[in-house]
Amino acid sequence: MKAYISVFKLRLTYGLQYRTAALAGVATQFFWGFIIIMVFEAFYSGTTTPPPISLKQLITYVWLQQAFLSFVMLWFRDNELFGLITTGNIAYELCRPSGIYGLWYAKLIAQRLSSAILKSIPVLIVAFFLPEPYRMPLPEDPAAFVLFIVALLLGLLMIVALSMLMYISVFVTLSPAGSLLMFGVIGEFLAGMVIPVPLMPSWLQNIVYVLPFRWTADFPFRVYSGHIAKEEALIGIGVQLVWFVVLVGLGRLAMAKALRRVVVNGG
Amino acid sequence: MRLFGKYILIMFKSQTQYLTSFWLLSLGQFFVPFSVFAGLYFMFERFGQIEGWNFQEVALCFSIIHMSFAISECFARGFDSFSTLVVNGDFDRLLVRPRSTVLQVLGSKFEFSRVGRLLQSVIILTWALSELTIEWTLLKTITLIFMILSGVFVFSGIFILAATMCFWTVQGLEIANIFTDGGREMAQYPLSIYKKWVTRFFTFVIPFGSVNYLPLLYLLDRTSGNELLYMISPIAGILFILPCLIVWNIGVRHYRSTGS
Repeated sequence: MKAYISVFKLRLTYGLQYRTAALAGVATQFFWGFIIIMVFEAFYSGTTTPPPISLKQLITYVWLQQAFLSFVMLWFRDNELFGLITTGNIAYELCRPSGIYGLWYAKLIAQRLSSAILKSIPVLIVAFFLPEPYRMPLPEDPAAFVLFIVALLLGLLMIVALSMLMYISVFVTLSPAGSLLMFGVIGEFLAGMVIPVPLMPSWLQNIVYVLPFRWTADFPFRVYSGHIAKEEALIGIGVQLVWFVVLVGLGRLAMAKALRRVVVNGG
Repeated sequence: MRLFGKYILIMFKSQTQYLTSFWLLSLGQFFVPFSVFAGLYFMFERFGQIEGWNFQEVALCFSIIHMSFAISECFARGFDSFSTLVVNGDFDRLLVRPRSTVLQVLGSKFEFSRVGRLLQSVIILTWALSELTIEWTLLKTITLIFMILSGVFVFSGIFILAATMCFWTVQGLEIANIFTDGGREMAQYPLSIYKKWVTRFFTFVIPFGSVNYLPLLYLLDRTSGNELLYMISPIAGILFILPCLIVWNIGVRHYRSTGS
């Protein structure tokens, strides 16, 4: 466990050094946020029947999406890990006394966390002070906020477990590009990153609700805005925990299987 | 121009060496804008229209900008990875050759897997055109072709500008994505749905508006006033490349090798 924590700390401080790059990223996020909100605004302005999610809640959804992008993007890739697998340097990793799954897991979590710390704070601060209608509202009440934090962190644990499955699949395919692109695109759509889940048609929502993806983004964001009530949120957090255990279990199993089959070529 | 053709041929051969990987990547590229388009479809299914524009009209707008983007990504990608050329000093090599730097950087990389993206927008364009009742005249056909071409020039211009920044910063900046990816996302809707400042910026500074919004009004017979102005507006997009090339040349003159 200690080894995992030190890998985590090392990566976190490493990631926190890229401040200028993060600032450029923040500007990009703002632009996206504005554009998306304006599009939603335009859609909402012409509607006669009240949509299933209010514009204010939607704006919160968008800003949280932008702020915590590195928590929720599936395609946040670590090319170093791909390199290890495809070049055969994985042999060195296997020599280490600690389990490879935990090590990579700690590394990936630290990367996402450092990127989110650098980006989310400036995005959120500015979003709170924007003029209406772009301003991001404060959470409904303190309880909702606490639930949001818990849901967001559990979502982070889930997304890393999901992306570990992606890395493990590279052991089999050896070429990360094509299949991962598709996995990422479809996963993000199902997480509500293209259009928010409440605005999807009901048949699609039924699909989205049985899959793990929405728990990483859609769920925490809607808890914040109060679109998901507190009692429901508590149940949701339970579901997240179950998913997390299942995904990590699957990942460890697949990893063990892939490693048994791994053949390291010399050189 | 012949040299450019050769560059393309070599790149094409090298990228199709790993055929399965190439097709998978192309398929993946097909799905990227497809998911965005699916999102668009679901939004229209729920709301019906956006500021007076219906789904087919927006689909036309969408396919034109995505097509331009796919083409320019296919060919102008060399500028996108330009920072690596500068960092490892390979740019010095290009400078001593007796050809223009623009051509050589263009020739340094092509992404043929963007065929997937292109195919996707061709399908949507065909569908949108078959759904819309446009009275086609020769002028309208030419305008449509010019719209796509104009978009290619605007995106390529932005790629060049972004690459030029490398002369000063060495590293590429993520901020350029605002104008490439962001510009594409923004211009997939008719510009009129945005706030004034966005519309103005993307008409007069970076002419996305003249790529598809203004000529779109002409195609759909929604113009008010002089039709000719709407029709020729894609030319502004093509002219956009000129200042970009000038800035590029200033950058090349300013260039100091990193010494590696």
